[in-house]
Amino acid sequence: MTAAGTLEVAPPVLDVRGLTARYGHVEALRGVNLTAGRGELVAVLGPNGAGKSTLLRAIMGLIPNQGEVRFLDKSLPRRDPAGAANKGVVLVPEGRGIFGPMTVLENLELGAFAIGRDKAEIERRLNRVFELFPRVKERLKQVAGSMSGGEQQMVAVGRAMMSDPKVLLLDEPSLGLAPRVTGEILDTLGALSASGLPVVLVEQKAPLALKLACRAYLLSLGRIVATINPREVKSHDELAQYYFA
Amino acid sequence: MTNSPSITSPEAHGLARPRTRHFGSAAVWVLSAAIIGYALVFGGYMATIVAFALIYAVFVSGLNVFMGLTAQVSFGQSAFAAIGGYTSAVLTTTYEWAPLPGMVAGLVFALVAAFLIGFPTLRLKGHYLAMATLAIGLITYEIAVEWESVTQGYLGISGIPPLGIGPFEAVSDRAILAVLSVIVVILAFAVTRIRRSRLGRAFSAVAGSEEAASALGINVSRYKLVSFLIAAAIASLSGSLFVHVVGYVSPEVFGLHMVILAFTMVYIGGLGTVAGPLIGALIISILPEVFRGMKDYQDLAYGVTMILILIYAPKGIAGVADALDARRSA
Repeated sequence: MTAAGTLEVAPPVLDVRGLTARYGHVEALRGVNLTAGRGELVAVLGPNGAGKSTLLRAIMGLIPNQGEVRFLDKSLPRRDPAGAANKGVVLVPEGRGIFGPMTVLENLELGAFAIGRDKAEIERRLNRVFELFPRVKERLKQVAGSMSGGEQQMVAVGRAMMSDPKVLLLDEPSLGLAPRVTGEILDTLGALSASGLPVVLVEQKAPLALKLACRAYLLSLGRIVATINPREVKSHDELAQYYFA
Repeated sequence: MTNSPSITSPEAHGLARPRTRHFGSAAVWVLSAAIIGYALVFGGYMATIVAFALIYAVFVSGLNVFMGLTAQVSFGQSAFAAIGGYTSAVLTTTYEWAPLPGMVAGLVFALVAAFLIGFPTLRLKGHYLAMATLAIGLITYEIAVEWESVTQGYLGISGIPPLGIGPFEAVSDRAILAVLSVIVVILAFAVTRIRRSRLGRAFSAVAGSEEAASALGINVSRYKLVSFLIAAAIASLSGSLFVHVVGYVSPEVFGLHMVILAFTMVYIGGLGTVAGPLIGALIISILPEVFRGMKDYQDLAYGVTMILILIYAPKGIAGVADALDARRSA
């Protein structure tokens, strides 16, 4: 187990400091600290109800919160998710948040909503999405709701990439997907991270996330209880020790 | 002017233009046109029924923007129809304004009221928003009853001049029908444009998932407010049209009955569709006349018909037509 901060290899793009969030009287997050630097994929692990999704929603400002979220060395407004997204903090929500009645192309174009009608830029971003997920290009005019779960997840990540994110937050992208598709999507996230994009990945499937992550935060009852260096985790048993410690 | 293909169109990515067939939608428009045409040709009582249906079609078009395109609920749109109607009535009778400036003034008042009401209430969601807007409708009704110095209470305001611009006045049944038909077509065109626009995409995203829309940088509160303002403006227009067509206004016109009827029309016609408000308003207005011969059983027949439509066409008549078109195009 290593103290947070000692594994930093780059100055953080996203710096979460003492983030606290409540649902009514229940404290769902308690003073969470987390950083993600350029080229880093950091994983947030933990059992159901640990506060993983709440953490991402609080970072985005989707729920009331206290503490500070610093992005590129400036504080993000506390309750302005659209503003955070337009600055470059982009969330792929749990359950994908695909707009089912719209076509794939319409979904993707919504990702670039902030840039208006700059067709050349939209085209550039679309081509980047097609490079990441060639299958999406074949389904542009298909109604998104009629696609398989894996394809929908590709559209969801592709739509987030259409926003030209400076940091990408993903909430359980493997949820309900076959292992092969999960692998395909996680490989893409690894490639994105390797290209310099900071990625914060909330994931229940810890072994998969640890393969990609340079650092993992273990969340339990709303607190970071361990910061894990994946290279130090040699086996599932060792990982289980972190969970039960 | 050249028509360059959109870079982000399917064609730009090597896809053939989707060949959408619109037989179903066309059938709905033809049926609506046939009903209006019948009323235009034969006039009389049928013309009056269809004229009221067209005014409701205007009102429901606004409701459809807020409920159908943006998936928000408002039971209070009658408040904005009342503001438009009473503003037109007071300005054209007490102050002898021409109908058109009166309508514009009503529109401005309705927009100001919608902004002041929408800003705090649109933070609410679902049932809470429905209850808040219902309260607004009921409060407006009470104001219309109690503010006798302006509205003349239950007595109402009579002697309101007919629709008209300059020397033209829509006095005859046919002229009124023609004017209302043009307004309904313009509104349908406007709703089509909104649906396909960046604004419409934002509305659809808000309708799909407010959280996902926010996470994409769409300012959900702002677009909900814009949708509410558009709906209020159209409701105000319908209120003004009503008072000029009937020549009289009283609080009962804008009561809860109006809201219930409009909800029935939008669901029977097809929520979120372009033709839905028109066909819904025509059918709901005409059905009681169709069943009038059944005397004691007419309400029963009307109710059974509503239930059958909602069972076999849960997305409304225009919704079924759109679904058929989509299936043919697939």
